Amino acid sequence: MANREKLINTALALLLPALALAAYGMGEPFYVTLATRIAILALAAAGLNLALGLGGLVSFGHAAFFGIGGYMAGIFATHAFNQTPLFTWPIEIAATDQMPVIWLVSAGVAALVALPIGLISLRTSGVYFIMITLAFAQMIYYFAISWPAYGGEDGLSITMRNGFPGVNTLDPLNYFLIAYGLLLLVLFIFTRIRDSRFGAALQAARQNEVRVASIGIRPLRIRLAAFVISAMITAVAGALFADLNRFVGPSMLSWNMSGELIVLIILGGTGRLFGPVAGAILFVLFEFALGGLTEHWQLFLGLILLGVVLFVRGGLIGLLAGKVHHG
Amino acid sequence: MSSALLIEQVLNGLQFGVMLFLMAAGLTLIFGVMGVINLAHGSLYMVGAFACAAVAAYTGSFWLGLVASLAAAAAAGAIVEVTVIRRLYSRDHLDQVLATFALILIFSEGTRWVFGSFPLYLDIPPVLQGAVSLPGGAQYQLYRLAIIAAGLVVAIGLYLLISRTRLGMRIRAGESDREMIGALGVDIASLNTIVFALGAALAGLAGALVGALQSVQVGMGEPVLILAFVVIVIGGIGSIKGALIGAILVGVVDTMGRFLLPQLLTLFMEPSQAATAGAAIASMLIYIVMAFILAVRPKGLFAVNA
Repeated sequence: MANREKLINTALALLLPALALAAYGMGEPFYVTLATRIAILALAAAGLNLALGLGGLVSFGHAAFFGIGGYMAGIFATHAFNQTPLFTWPIEIAATDQMPVIWLVSAGVAALVALPIGLISLRTSGVYFIMITLAFAQMIYYFAISWPAYGGEDGLSITMRNGFPGVNTLDPLNYFLIAYGLLLLVLFIFTRIRDSRFGAALQAARQNEVRVASIGIRPLRIRLAAFVISAMITAVAGALFADLNRFVGPSMLSWNMSGELIVLIILGGTGRLFGPVAGAILFVLFEFALGGLTEHWQLFLGLILLGVVLFVRGGLIGLLAGKVHHG
Repeated sequence: MSSALLIEQVLNGLQFGVMLFLMAAGLTLIFGVMGVINLAHGSLYMVGAFACAAVAAYTGSFWLGLVASLAAAAAAGAIVEVTVIRRLYSRDHLDQVLATFALILIFSEGTRWVFGSFPLYLDIPPVLQGAVSLPGGAQYQLYRLAIIAAGLVVAIGLYLLISRTRLGMRIRAGESDREMIGALGVDIASLNTIVFALGAALAGLAGALVGALQSVQVGMGEPVLILAFVVIVIGGIGSIKGALIGAILVGVVDTMGRFLLPQLLTLFMEPSQAATAGAAIASMLIYIVMAFILAVRPKGLFAVNA
C-alpha cells in the first residue's frame, strides 16, 4: 500500500508541471494561472496539514495567517511602488519588492501572531480549540476591515507583482515554477518533520496525550511549535496568492478561507503528504468545472463535500492508496 | 457625553446581547446533549429571517412571519438532524466541522437561488413602532426594548423547560450520560431531533427579530455565529446560564467599546486618529476579553463537568 501511495504522489507531483507546461505550450496562460493557483492553495494547505494532519489540531483560523502573508505582499508592493518607507519610526525602513524578503517577513509576522494565539488556544482542546482559533481569525479580519491605512474593506491592489532575483515574475510560467518549487520544498520539509523525533512526538500527542506526557514530553510545547511552523508556511502561501491575484483583501482573512483550507486537506486525505496537493487539484477543478456550468456551483460543492465527509473517509488518496501504512 | 446617550448605548448592548443569547443557547444545548459542533447554526438564523421576511411580505403581517420563522427554522433543523447530523455523533469534531461547513454552502447558495442576491427588507410591526421616553430624557426605540423583553422571556422559558419539565429532565440526563438514558428506555433519536429543532427555532427567532433592524440577506448568519461561539467559549460549553451571562457580557462590551473607546482615546491623540484607532481596537475588544477569560479559566466561566 505504501508503494502505491508513493506512485500516486509521484503522479500528482508530475501532473501539475505537466499541466502548466502543456498550457503554456498551447498559449493558454489562463490554465497556467489555474495550475499556479492549485500549487499555492496546496502550499497553504500543506502548512495547515502539519498542525491538523500530524498534530490533530483542527485550526479553523488559518485564514488569519494566509491573509497576513497576503497583506505583507500587498503592503510591501504598495510602498515599493510609491517609493515610500515602510516605517519612519523608530528607524526608517525602506520597502522592497523582492519576494524572498517578503516571504521571510510574512513567515516572521505570522509566527509572532501565531505564538500568542497558539499559547491561549492550545490550553484547550477539541471544540474549544476550533472555536477559539476561529474567533481569533475573525478578530484579525475585523481589524483589517476597520484599519483604513491599507485599504480597509476595499483591500489593496498590487500594481506591480513583486519580483524575484533573476526571474521575470510577470511571465505566468515563471511564476508557476516559483510557486511549484516552494511547494516541493515545503513537502520535503514536511517529510523531514514527520520523520523526525519532533514529528514522532507530535503524532504521538495526537494519538495519546497522556502517554506522551508520562514519558516526559510536554505536549503543549510540541503542539505550539507545530502550530507556529504551520502558520509560517501558510503565510508564505498567502504572500504568493496575493501576488498571483495582484490583490489582497479581507476575504483572504475570512472564515470561509479557513474552511476552504480544511476542505482541501480532507478532500485529499488528512495527514497524507500529498493530501493537500490532491485536495487543491480537486477543489480548483470543481470550482472551475462547476463554476462554468452554474453560478450556484457552491451548492453542488457543498453536496459533494457532504458526500465525501459522510461516505468517503480518507479523501482521494485514502480512496486510491488505502489506509495509512504503519511500517 | 450625556447620560441619555449612555443609557441608549447600554440598552443597545443589552439588545445585542439578548439576540446573541438566542443563538448561543441553541448551540450550547446542541453541544451539551449531542456533543456536536454545528457551524450551520448561522444558516438556521438566516432561514428564520428569510421565512419571516417572505411571509410578512406576502401576508402583510409581521406576526405571521414570526410564526413562520419559528416553524421554518425548526423544520430545517429537524431535517438537517435526521439526514446529516445523526450520522456525525460518533465521528470526530473535524468531520462535524466539515459536514456542517458543507451545510452552510448548501443553505447559503440554496437561499440565494430562491430569493436572489438582493437583500429583503422587513418592517417593524406597527404596534412596536415609535419610541419610548426613558428617565433622563432619552428616547429609545420601542422595538429594541421588545427584543430585550422577548429574549428575557425566552431565557426564563428555557430555564423552566430544562429544570421543571420531563423533556428538560431528559435533556439534562442526556448531557450527563447519553448511553445510560438510552439503556433506561428513553428514545434518544427523537430526543436529539427535538433538541436540535428547539435550538434551530431559537436561532430562527433571533434571525426574524433582527431582520426588522437590519437587511435580510445571504451570509447574515455567520458573523453572528462566530460571536455566539465567543459567547459559549466565555460562558462554558453546555451551560445555558453561561450562555446568558456570556451573551450579555459580549453584547455590552462590544457596543460600549465602539461607543467609548474612540472618545477615550481623544485624551491621548488627535480626534481623527483617535476615531480610527478606537474603531480598530473596539472591533477586537471582545476577542481580547475572551482571551483574558480563557487565560484564567480555560473551560469558560460556568463550565459544565469542569
